[in-house]
Amino acid sequence: MSGAAAENRGLGWRAVQVVTVLVYIFMFAPIMVVVVLSFNDSQFGGFPMTGFSFRWYYKLLENESVLRAFQTSIWVAIVTSVICSVLGVLGALALVRYEFPGKEWVNTILIAPALVPETVLGVGLLLLMRWAHQPRTLWVLVLGHIMLALPYVVLVVQARLIGIKRVYEEAAMSLGANRFHTFREITLPLLMPAIVASLLLVFTISFDNITASMFWRPSGVETMPTQILSMLKVSISPEINALGTLMIIVTVGLPLIGGGLARYLARSVR
Amino acid sequence: MTAAAAVELHDVTLAYGSFVAVKNVALSIAKGEFVTLLGPSGCGKTTILRSIAGLVQPTGGEIVVAGRRIDNVPIHKRNIGLVFQNYALFPHKSVFDNIAFGLKYRSVEKSMIAKKVTRALEMVRLPGVEKKLPSEMSGGQQQRIALARAIVIEPDVLLLDEPLSALDANLREEMRTELKIIQREVGITTIFVTHDQEEALAMSDRIVVMNKGEIEQSGTPEDVYRRPESRFVASFLGQSNLLPGRIASVQGGKAAIRIDNGPELLALAPAAAREGARVTAVVRAQKVAVGSTGGSAGTMTGKIVSASYLGGTAAYFIDAGGVRLQAIATIEDRVWREGETVDIAINPTDCLLLDEGGKRMR
Repeated sequence: MSGAAAENRGLGWRAVQVVTVLVYIFMFAPIMVVVVLSFNDSQFGGFPMTGFSFRWYYKLLENESVLRAFQTSIWVAIVTSVICSVLGVLGALALVRYEFPGKEWVNTILIAPALVPETVLGVGLLLLMRWAHQPRTLWVLVLGHIMLALPYVVLVVQARLIGIKRVYEEAAMSLGANRFHTFREITLPLLMPAIVASLLLVFTISFDNITASMFWRPSGVETMPTQILSMLKVSISPEINALGTLMIIVTVGLPLIGGGLARYLARSVR
Repeated sequence: MTAAAAVELHDVTLAYGSFVAVKNVALSIAKGEFVTLLGPSGCGKTTILRSIAGLVQPTGGEIVVAGRRIDNVPIHKRNIGLVFQNYALFPHKSVFDNIAFGLKYRSVEKSMIAKKVTRALEMVRLPGVEKKLPSEMSGGQQQRIALARAIVIEPDVLLLDEPLSALDANLREEMRTELKIIQREVGITTIFVTHDQEEALAMSDRIVVMNKGEIEQSGTPEDVYRRPESRFVASFLGQSNLLPGRIASVQGGKAAIRIDNGPELLALAPAAAREGARVTAVVRAQKVAVGSTGGSAGTMTGKIVSASYLGGTAAYFIDAGGVRLQAIATIEDRVWREGETVDIAINPTDCLLLDEGGKRMR
């Protein structure tokens, strides 16, 4: 290769690097701003920085309504992810391992909530509850979140299940294991990475959902995102920056841990 | 046969809607026998194996294993050893746990399980690998583990579904011998499914040739190779010339066959041979002698159309008076070249006759 060509390529390469960095800045600058400002000593939730301090985090810990919202969100997210994973695994098993009439339809209907706008789902579930004369309790919120997240669990588990060859199950049964033993000893362990992944995925979906949650939450109950929104209505308090940082840690950290765990499990399985 | 039948199939039929995968198959397998189901893909051999295993449900007939009717017994209560084409070792379990898996469901004591696993590993000549994961082993080793896992439960019958086809050629031949030795040592009744005729001929006590869901012929490897009962068996096993023609005359125990648009051949006359009957003459490519005998009785001449050198032998296509003949001949002094004229001789004992229905004339 001639020197000029190498230089040309070098220039192009440099351009790619610059664009890449710009894209990253565009994507992560807002997040960085929130994290940096959460340590700002100033009274106002914006620049300039006047000093480094943890005071907004302390203030957050004293804020009863924030703590309550945090608890609510965690509780809803955990219950949702457990129920969703159980239902999702059962659904995916039925769809992948069994033949029954109307299978295509069931599959489509299970995935549909992921395609319908959340506002529509939000209103729909509310109307349904009103029609059934059911009170708007926290369980309506959980129910709604299950509806929102179930498609993702079914998709994730289905994908993994297709990869688990049926001969493993056939081999287990030929060796004397009944269906239940086969599921416990063979299918479930091989499915574990997908189950861990979907637990975390559902947790995140539920934890930071706002649109639908605003329709479904009982009056007087706030989830983390709705709490932040209502705080913003009053003023841009630096507390919100601290809260945002904590939410980033939960919603980014959990999937990272989960991803690592899933990869570790997958390795020992392969 | 002296021993009681270990496996019996009575008129087993399996239909998927209008497609009949297996048609009225009847088969009796003696204890300790190594039987191969041989046929092209889609002939129903794997379906039969899966019916015996309990992975598919026959739509008709009975399956009896060790004197017990099992076609309505669920798979996990059948006591059958199954080895798959791709081994199907549990990837998340160690070799020990893989082999011990079946023993756990047979209420075998813990200490006994360890002993049996060790013995099974010795049997497949892989001692000391208990702690390894299947992914840490080669294909051949995995297949041995799969075999150990299937025989450690002392099944009534061992079912092998193309177990060697995933191995590369050298290993396949080695495992062929090994598998046969192990089978003989354990004395286990074995049903082996393959589409590879060499495998079938080398390993089996008996070969069951299948086509389109039905048994075409069942016999020793020599039987099915040398005395094919039907057109299908004749063309499926080895390389044969199938030459349609008419019986020109029957004389002194020999029949002269006038090949359509071709020369006349001599065959041993079956009792059913009648002058004028339409027949197909079957001659193995290896039984077509090629040389320069100088036009003695029973020979004809032909022109070499193509020749390929195979080392010890050579394969020829020969135009013999308008008929294309395939010949595989040992090389005497040289390989004949394209365009050369050669003498061809076919011994009447090597010429079988099929009747119009494609069945061997008797």
